Amino acid sequence: MRCFIGIDLGSTTTKAVVIGEDRKVLGRGITNSRSNYDTAATVAKQEALVSARFELFRQALAKSGALNGKLDEFIGQLERDFRLEQFLEQLADLEATCLRNAEGTRFGEAAAGVKQALTELFRRLRDDSPALFIPNAKRKSDFFRDLAGAQYLALGEAVAKDAGVRYDMLLNVFDRSIIEVENREYGDAISRNLLAAMDRTLKAMPEAASRAEKIRAPIQGVLEMALEETYVVGTGYGRARLPFSKEHIRSEILCHGLGAHMMYPRTATVLDIGGQDTKAIQVDPHGIVESFQMNDRCAAGCGRYLGYIADEMNMGLHELGPLAMKATKTVRINSTCTVFAGAELRDRLSLGEKREDIMAGLHRAIILRAMSILARSGGVRDEFTFTGGVAKNEAAVKSLRELVRENYGEVTLNINPDSIYTGALGGATFAWRAVLEEGKTAEART
Amino acid sequence: MSTQTVNTAALGGAKPKAPVQKEDAMLLQKEMINRNYHELATARQTGRKVSATFVPGNLNELLMCFDFARSLPETNALQNGLRKKSGKMIMDAERDGHSEDVCTYVKADLGMMLQGQVGPTGEPLPTPDVLLLSYTGCFTFMKWFELIRQKYDCETVMLHVPYQGDGHINKNMRDYVVKQINENVIPTLERVSGVKFDIDRLRGYMRESVKSEENLVNVLQSAKHRPSPIDGYFGAVYYIGPIFTAFRGMPEATQFYDVLWQEVQERMRLGKGPVTPEGEIAEEQYRLVVEGPPNWTSFREFWKMFSDEGAVVVASTYAKVGGVYDFGFRHDPEHPIESLAEYCLGCYTNLNFPQRIDMICKYLDEYQADGLLINSIKSCNSFSAGQLLILREVEKRTGKPAAFIETDLVDPRYFSAANVKNRLESYFQMVKAKRVAAAAAH
Repeated sequence: MRCFIGIDLGSTTTKAVVIGEDRKVLGRGITNSRSNYDTAATVAKQEALVSARFELFRQALAKSGALNGKLDEFIGQLERDFRLEQFLEQLADLEATCLRNAEGTRFGEAAAGVKQALTELFRRLRDDSPALFIPNAKRKSDFFRDLAGAQYLALGEAVAKDAGVRYDMLLNVFDRSIIEVENREYGDAISRNLLAAMDRTLKAMPEAASRAEKIRAPIQGVLEMALEETYVVGTGYGRARLPFSKEHIRSEILCHGLGAHMMYPRTATVLDIGGQDTKAIQVDPHGIVESFQMNDRCAAGCGRYLGYIADEMNMGLHELGPLAMKATKTVRINSTCTVFAGAELRDRLSLGEKREDIMAGLHRAIILRAMSILARSGGVRDEFTFTGGVAKNEAAVKSLRELVRENYGEVTLNINPDSIYTGALGGATFAWRAVLEEGKTAEART
Repeated sequence: MSTQTVNTAALGGAKPKAPVQKEDAMLLQKEMINRNYHELATARQTGRKVSATFVPGNLNELLMCFDFARSLPETNALQNGLRKKSGKMIMDAERDGHSEDVCTYVKADLGMMLQGQVGPTGEPLPTPDVLLLSYTGCFTFMKWFELIRQKYDCETVMLHVPYQGDGHINKNMRDYVVKQINENVIPTLERVSGVKFDIDRLRGYMRESVKSEENLVNVLQSAKHRPSPIDGYFGAVYYIGPIFTAFRGMPEATQFYDVLWQEVQERMRLGKGPVTPEGEIAEEQYRLVVEGPPNWTSFREFWKMFSDEGAVVVASTYAKVGGVYDFGFRHDPEHPIESLAEYCLGCYTNLNFPQRIDMICKYLDEYQADGLLINSIKSCNSFSAGQLLILREVEKRTGKPAAFIETDLVDPRYFSAANVKNRLESYFQMVKAKRVAAAAAH
């Protein structure tokens, strides 16, 4: 089937969205951008295509009625099992890479001990892996580097001690190896891992196993169907790295505008607060950008501002919003400079202001910056869609609601749980439009 | 006409760049500017007095009547910017006590003095004998000359030019400027130079001015043609050089504009696009109007962001800062002093907001442009103010998309290439998306 793909190469994460001919989202994929945009783009796209397959499985299985009532449970299990298979695949690669990197003269006489410790460590990692993918497992991240790294660190120290080698030697091997592994793609293994995952799932759900053949048939059918990458549009900071001609590249401003329009067709104004920039975009009824403004002179008022404050407060980024929601008043904090805001924060603390009240002030400060960028772009019109990482922060949303009401009256504020994919969705829609409305075909980079 | 290649790598640049492409007229222009710097450097030996004056409202023909060698501080600053020398000068001026917010032309000039007053071409610049402040719409100009006067203790003559607040020049305004020229400016210049004023000499220069002005307008308006044979912003910087500086009224300028106009006509005949440092623009994709001066420290890089996308600037307000000729004004040899007054009053920088908006809307229409781009100057408090309102109003009136970027004149620290490029690309794509949508609607 024909697929239209948008890839948003951001500074921290790379996102991909696959849509079908009916412009409905089939799959989404996300990965960390690493320092390698080529791999990040490939991985995010693969992830999105895999997630598209799962969506198609769901549709095919729903049609076949093979799992009546158990469809969600089955797909959820299959997806977790598939993630586990993929994780084990990468883990095996990491083990082989670590062992290779432990060879040579680097560790001198300790080399044999290091290799032995690595073998033991990876045995434990493998054993512990299934627990990472059980239902409702708490994972801080879905990225292999983070998952494997956290486990490696947690188990490594004990293993090193038992084996009588220095822990830092194991860390050294990990650091050398993880980048290599992270920059490899595992596209070829997807079908194999899916079939292996299927075996696991059927084992885990005995009641489904009795209907195994009825379940396998539609899944096999979907697996045999080629997902044709009909047209890909890239956006985001790394867009120039995509292996396509300029025709396939769109600025993230256009993609965000169109993506927000696809999520909420009545969108007139879009505010996107990301890690390092804030964009205010006005779109027409077709999702085409009419005007835009971005933060220019500095990054105050962006997600990084909150990151910096979290560091200053020794808190997690996701803890800031909930703390600010407990405020009983809003302490005034300057909104023009991140570093100065840090100084003000310490000053207010020393004056005895409560942490939550200061937090409320900081969130308001960010939104005040955004308000000024919005004003420059032409103001807030109905409907108003808020995207980007900061849109997940309830205190920021609260301040935004208040300030928008004060300055522009009542408008509908849309926040989509998948707003991180807004740019990629816009890209995918541009890809769709290029083929179906403009009759274009894919062009390679010249 | 031919296009020449100048190898910048041979000049000792750190990394070899692709050779710069230039038109004959651009090379001729550079030669003239360099010659003026040489005249300034040798003014003392040749017994000439030196004047300094600003580009908007410059009274070049009048200064020529007193045999002054003519220096233009803004041009010095921008030439230093183009030659990557301004960064250090600005830092020197800041170390000397000038704030970060001060106009960077001023700081580049003061920094150049601190470094021993060596001009952009490497030849020394003499201390001026007279500062002619012939346009006062930029308040910074006045403070700038105050600083120079303090440093060199030289004669200063100030011509107060009333602002066109109501959007037109009336008789009182003209008479007021004429009176100042007759009673203050001319007597001071006579005293400093020791040369008696001769109005017929002024008329003679003005006759030459008119010829250059005619051809400049022809050249700038050639951009109405499709494809435009010129870039009316980046390319225009070369075209306005002689007439906005020390050459208006000289036969060399007349000759330059003759050559230029012939070149441009030939390009039009051949259906060619503008010559950029990277070569000719093969296919014109976007036609833009630009408000605000270019960035000088990354001039080539900035231009490339446009030319790579096939974006051609068909008209710019910057190409009018030294004289708005395209709406009919010409120096008038029959009424020389009055026309000097009219010229100063009609400067682009002396126009009010509605006039500036009208002018931009007119350009968008007459040059069939796709949209407006504003390059706002971070360190210019006089002319950056209100630009967003201009943008809004132009969008509203023309329905054409507009965009806003910020850079600086000659402070290299304020040119953020990645950000500027990102916004420009977004803007170009926005124009394109609108075009596609409009085509689909028909």
